[in-house]
Amino acid sequence: MEATAPLIRLEEVAKLYRMGDVEVRALQGVSLHVMPGEFVAIMGASGSGKSTLMNILGCLDRPTRGQYFLDGREVSGLTRDDLARLRNRMLGFVFQSFNLLSRTSALENVELPLIYSGVSRKERHRRAREALARVGLADRADHHPNQLSGGQQQRVAIARALVADPKIILADEPTGNLDSRTGGEVMALLRGRRAAGRTILLVTHESDIARYATRVITVKDGLIRSNRPQQPARAVLAQPSEEELSA
Amino acid sequence: MNLLETLLVAVRALLRNKTRSFLTALGIIIGVAAVIAMVAMGEGAKANVEEAISAMGTNILIVLPGSSSAGGARGGFGSQPTLTWDDLKAIQTELPSIREASPVLSSNAQVQSEDQNWTTRVSGTSPNYFDIRNWPMSLGTRFTDSDIDGGTKVVILGQTVVDKLFGVNTDPVGQMVRIGNIPFQVVAVAAKKGQSPVGQDYDDAAFVPYTTFEAKIQGGLGKFLKGIVFVGATSAAGTVRAQAEITTLLRDRHHLLAGAEDDFSIRNLSEIANTQEQATKAFSLLLLGVAFVSLIVGGIGIMNIMLVSVTERTREIGVRMAIGARPINIMMQFLIEALTLSVAGGLLGVGLGLLGGRWLVANFSAPLRVRPDVILVSVLFSGLVGIAFGLYPAYKASRLDPIEALRYE
Repeated sequence: MEATAPLIRLEEVAKLYRMGDVEVRALQGVSLHVMPGEFVAIMGASGSGKSTLMNILGCLDRPTRGQYFLDGREVSGLTRDDLARLRNRMLGFVFQSFNLLSRTSALENVELPLIYSGVSRKERHRRAREALARVGLADRADHHPNQLSGGQQQRVAIARALVADPKIILADEPTGNLDSRTGGEVMALLRGRRAAGRTILLVTHESDIARYATRVITVKDGLIRSNRPQQPARAVLAQPSEEELSA
Repeated sequence: MNLLETLLVAVRALLRNKTRSFLTALGIIIGVAAVIAMVAMGEGAKANVEEAISAMGTNILIVLPGSSSAGGARGGFGSQPTLTWDDLKAIQTELPSIREASPVLSSNAQVQSEDQNWTTRVSGTSPNYFDIRNWPMSLGTRFTDSDIDGGTKVVILGQTVVDKLFGVNTDPVGQMVRIGNIPFQVVAVAAKKGQSPVGQDYDDAAFVPYTTFEAKIQGGLGKFLKGIVFVGATSAAGTVRAQAEITTLLRDRHHLLAGAEDDFSIRNLSEIANTQEQATKAFSLLLLGVAFVSLIVGGIGIMNIMLVSVTERTREIGVRMAIGARPINIMMQFLIEALTLSVAGGLLGVGLGLLGGRWLVANFSAPLRVRPDVILVSVLFSGLVGIAFGLYPAYKASRLDPIEALRYE
């Protein structure tokens, strides 16, 4: 893989909020390059601006100032519709609280991104089953979220993030609601995606989790305080491999 | 995401809250059911009235002798004989809009067969009365003008009278009956005609030649026609002209001065029919108003629940947006949900209305006339209500900020 152009390029991105008369500077000039295939952990205390950064990176929010190039395309000025299409094609989200639709089967939850990109019913089923198999939940396709454990729910959410084959996976505290063992399983899955060539952006405040990343960025007071590559941890705990999970 | 899939999603979302969905649609269900049942009933009643009016005969005017003010005491119409036999002749011969005219002299009298008696309305009239009334004979042949001239003692019986005197399914033609002790020969039975719009039984009647009636029952011939005159106009449209012609003729013949009141009155049966029709129309409009109001109320109920639903599902909306739903997708999802709710309510309402209509028919013996166009319009209107009242909640959902929505607890 040659060192091509960065997949994500932020140039002096700032985000200001008005709360009554007070102006809150959630981000005050952040520049960042992420190359394809990187696994970047964004760390910071609450209120540091890391969530705002994540929202902008995830095309859920638009910067007040600065430029955001996603896969070479400036996206900070796009309409809501265009941003929605971009999220649908380029990005996969994994949330701390899973955010699966309740009373909807695992399979249908996984299908959701494909529905909005207009994939045919049959093809949707096939790809959703495949994605579920990849996270080791092929036999749970018809289960509803309330019939699944937290770890299983997060794996369904990961399957949903993967099903449309996005270039980037954004995980916002994906292990925050899980115990350390299931958290480890989830991290193993994400690491497996990275191995498959995906770019992963992970927001966390746990340094244990950040150790899986190839680069750790620390955000404080709306600025990037440190940005250092690292050798990702091989095994913090005895992690089951993806193949073992699928079995 | 195509419409069919959106529809499936909507149906499933509604089925998740079955009770709530049902209660929400109840306003529409009741509104539509009321429309369907009442229109079916109203149409039945209208058909009844139309049937009754056509049984009465169309193009008919009735001339009644009028009030004379004698010594300051004013009698009502019919209280004084002001019409003369010459007036009748003039109406028959001089007026172009009039096809025929027939005198009807009536009184209640007891009619006796060998072993039964029955008090009925006995009328003295001419044979063309049955033409004006469009009233055929079911048995025998009616008396003729020579019976009028001869004053013969013959009678035509209505079906009810036949049933009472001779029994059901009998042929009394040729038999003798007595009317006030005078023997009459039955020459015919008038075909069954049914009820008048006010429920009077047309078939409870007996008819004799008016000359016979005047001589034998009223007791003596005179200058005045002590009864009323049935007039058949040339056409239904001609009744108004005929009425004007008769008025002019009679005022002239009675030497009434320009300012004087008529000493007769004319009833126009097609006017009565028109009045009935107007009443039916007013009733239908009233119903339509009630239905409209109930559907609007139903629509407000739908809007209310859709707003609750949007709030409840804020997080779901956030998730859908994050994974690529465009605002229009979200909007369609909620709009289709409101539409499904209202159309389903409309369809249930149609079913309930038809059942209710049947029940009403079973209990009030009015005929049921189902109008497919009313059903179609009701369902379409329900859908319209769903869209109109679902639009705002759906728009609200589509404008949610995905970040806020995802954060919503």
